Amino acid sequence: MIKISQRPRRLLRVLSLGLSSLLFFSSSLALAEPIAFTGAKVMPVSADPIDDGVLVIDDGRIVAVGAAAEVRIPRDAEIIDVSGQVIVPGFVDTHSHIGEPAGGDRSAPIQPEARVLDSLNVRDAGFRRALAGGLTTVHIMSGSGHLMSGQSIYVKLRDGNDVTSIAYKRDDGSVDGGMKMANGTNPRRDPPFPGTRAKSAALVRQKYIAAQEYMAKLEAAGDDDNKMPDRDLGMEALVEVLQGERIVHHHTHRHDDVMTVLRLQEEFGFRVVLHHVSEAHRVAEEIAAANAPVSLILIDSPGGKLEAQYTDLKSAPALENAGAKVSFHTDDYISDSRLYMRQAGLGVRAGMSPEFALRALTLAGAEMLDLGDRIGSLDVGKDADFVILSGDPTSVYTRVQETWVEGQKRFDIDDPDDRAVAEGGFGVLQPSVLTDFHGYGEGH
Amino acid sequence: MRMFRKGLAASICLFVTGGVLAQDIAVRGEKIYTAAGAVIENGVVVVRDGKIATVGSVDEVSVPAGIELLDAAVVTPGLIDAHTVVGMVGFLSQADDQDHLERSAAIQPDLRAIDAYNAREPLVEWLRGFGITTIHSGHGPGEIVSGQTLIAKTRGDTVAEAVIVPSLMVAATIGEGAVMSGNGGRNTPGTRAKVASMLRAELLNAQSYAEKIAAALDDDDKEPPPRDLKMDVLADVVAGDTPLLVTANRHNDIMTALRIAEEFGVDMILDGAAEAYLLLDEIQAAGVSVIVHPSMARASGERENLSFTTAAKLINAGIPTAFQSGYEGYVPKTRIVLYEAAITLAHGVTFDQALAAITIDAATILGIDDRVGSIEVGKDGDLALYDGDPFEYTSHAIGTVIGGELVSDTIK
Repeated sequence: MIKISQRPRRLLRVLSLGLSSLLFFSSSLALAEPIAFTGAKVMPVSADPIDDGVLVIDDGRIVAVGAAAEVRIPRDAEIIDVSGQVIVPGFVDTHSHIGEPAGGDRSAPIQPEARVLDSLNVRDAGFRRALAGGLTTVHIMSGSGHLMSGQSIYVKLRDGNDVTSIAYKRDDGSVDGGMKMANGTNPRRDPPFPGTRAKSAALVRQKYIAAQEYMAKLEAAGDDDNKMPDRDLGMEALVEVLQGERIVHHHTHRHDDVMTVLRLQEEFGFRVVLHHVSEAHRVAEEIAAANAPVSLILIDSPGGKLEAQYTDLKSAPALENAGAKVSFHTDDYISDSRLYMRQAGLGVRAGMSPEFALRALTLAGAEMLDLGDRIGSLDVGKDADFVILSGDPTSVYTRVQETWVEGQKRFDIDDPDDRAVAEGGFGVLQPSVLTDFHGYGEGH
Repeated sequence: MRMFRKGLAASICLFVTGGVLAQDIAVRGEKIYTAAGAVIENGVVVVRDGKIATVGSVDEVSVPAGIELLDAAVVTPGLIDAHTVVGMVGFLSQADDQDHLERSAAIQPDLRAIDAYNAREPLVEWLRGFGITTIHSGHGPGEIVSGQTLIAKTRGDTVAEAVIVPSLMVAATIGEGAVMSGNGGRNTPGTRAKVASMLRAELLNAQSYAEKIAAALDDDDKEPPPRDLKMDVLADVVAGDTPLLVTANRHNDIMTALRIAEEFGVDMILDGAAEAYLLLDEIQAAGVSVIVHPSMARASGERENLSFTTAAKLINAGIPTAFQSGYEGYVPKTRIVLYEAAITLAHGVTFDQALAAITIDAATILGIDDRVGSIEVGKDGDLALYDGDPFEYTSHAIGTVIGGELVSDTIK
């Protein structure tokens, strides 16, 4: 397999990226030379592993990937010998709570207007832990203590000084993200929160009907400003959901709660990714038939709360066998971002194929965030987001050696500061807000 | 003092029948890690009447005719979880079955683990499925002295069938974990200093109690003090007969623990010890063993400075070290020592060290190495069977043997 791209049209792309990205890329432009990684086993995910592979990146993108005998390394390329190591795509965590993501407050169970964008602390140690775990893209969301706790955000772990500089952007420049929803145990509280599952569903349906009506008014108004409904921040977000622009990311554990999500999805036509899904093994066929992707977390033991009573690793192979799409997540703080790879090991333990498990760490997650055209696999033209591992991603002996984001080395085990983060120890994880987040008592 | 000894002996007798459903079994392994010497390639272990009868190469050991014979790629001693609350807490985290921590008072050494341990708790079976055959369970951290601990095998339908040591240690907490933890209207202890002073005061009371009893035994004119369940237990602690299991994570709290151990001559075992890597010399000098926090414990609160390398540093400093599943209030409800040990393999711990820390070293720290922890003739016939490297998540536990009986054959 030979994949050598045309040299990217650098200038055009930089101009289209906007000011903050321009600042970021300016340094790499100055250095601008391709880098070729040689000698490694390359696992592109989109293709079979290559034992003696070469990965060539330039200007933040992948420009070639293939077997050593077949890839022509550019003359001006810096060559980095990574013999004996394994290169995989940057990991995509489809469900995380790093960076103090707060959504709605206690005033109401449905708050689509609340944005994680407005709460994220990019200096939180969670971002450094994530890089140490090989993560390059993280879906950060608010908790599951609401039926709808607000708008989540898709984050690229580039070096950024504020939230907008690390956020994925849509084509129109707006911040990209989903809508966090939850059913089952966690959103149940005293009024105005629901007290039963039926009430939970009724509240959600009522809200979506209101959103349909709001959308109808928008459509009826057309270009006539006089007919426009008053602006409503929550409704605007829900219109994006109804139009398929904003994906619903739905916390759900029990098999009947999963079916409730699928029923509401069918009624209102939104796009949904099912998250956690402890009892996926009981409704794997139904999930696959509904074409609903699953963002899965594999947990060491059942229980901890009622709705996780029947959680079982066998959800992983059950979903694979049923033909469902599966990604993994850390749910950090539930599991530490530095240990994300173990999800793949646990999946294989339960019977998932190693290929499907690696895809679940990478490309499958990218696709669930509508980012599959940019990240998730080692393909020419995609962002140069990749991880250099000391061995197979499913082995407990394997360590993350380096994490690269858009062609920049963001984690290096040989850097003492980075190593300290990877291992933990005195003060390196401060500021850490794990305790504070837990204090919200919203559950996950 | 003599009366306590008698009392303790009696309660041990009650439990000595626990777990004796003696069986014969033989297990052949491509690799047998005995935790008592070099790995045996193509070996076999024979268990007779619940005890290990022979172990060696298949060329040297003959399997008695008619005995059940199992095969595995890897055989290890039954694993030991050196500190857990499994059996004390219901796995669904419902308020009415979380019996690891009584909040009504800060110091309650009289609370016995055997009065709460539920041998049929689903997580006991869960742990057993991974090859864990012995657990040190009981009262958890969260009060200055929360109660007693026990040693159980991960089988049996009743506490009497499961438990092999009904009262092993007294669980204590030093640091933030014991501060203002009452919730029941208590406002003390409210500081670290108060935690230490309250613990010291109670240990002084226990010394005094023991002295009065000793005096009464020596002198018929002297009355012994009225029997006090709390003091009975703490008197054993200050006598050095019952170890004090002290959960302390921050460096200052670890030092407080060591200071108190020295002051009262307490046999102390450190639990958690997130910042132990700062105090290797001090811990070593104190001769204290460490049951280190779960590798995957959350780096937050008092454990925010924990490191994946702490176990390696402790072990390589020669400090006796064991792994634990710890206490979890949410998800996952219990961790698995096999998985926790595995995480350290990429952080400086060798295969043999990791295995020792969940077998023989754990047994030695807990004082039960005469019965469990290694595959040696005369020890309990507790074995764990795997289809590959036990630590790899991609391997499986395929069988668990306790006392010569196959108690789990699920593939986990």
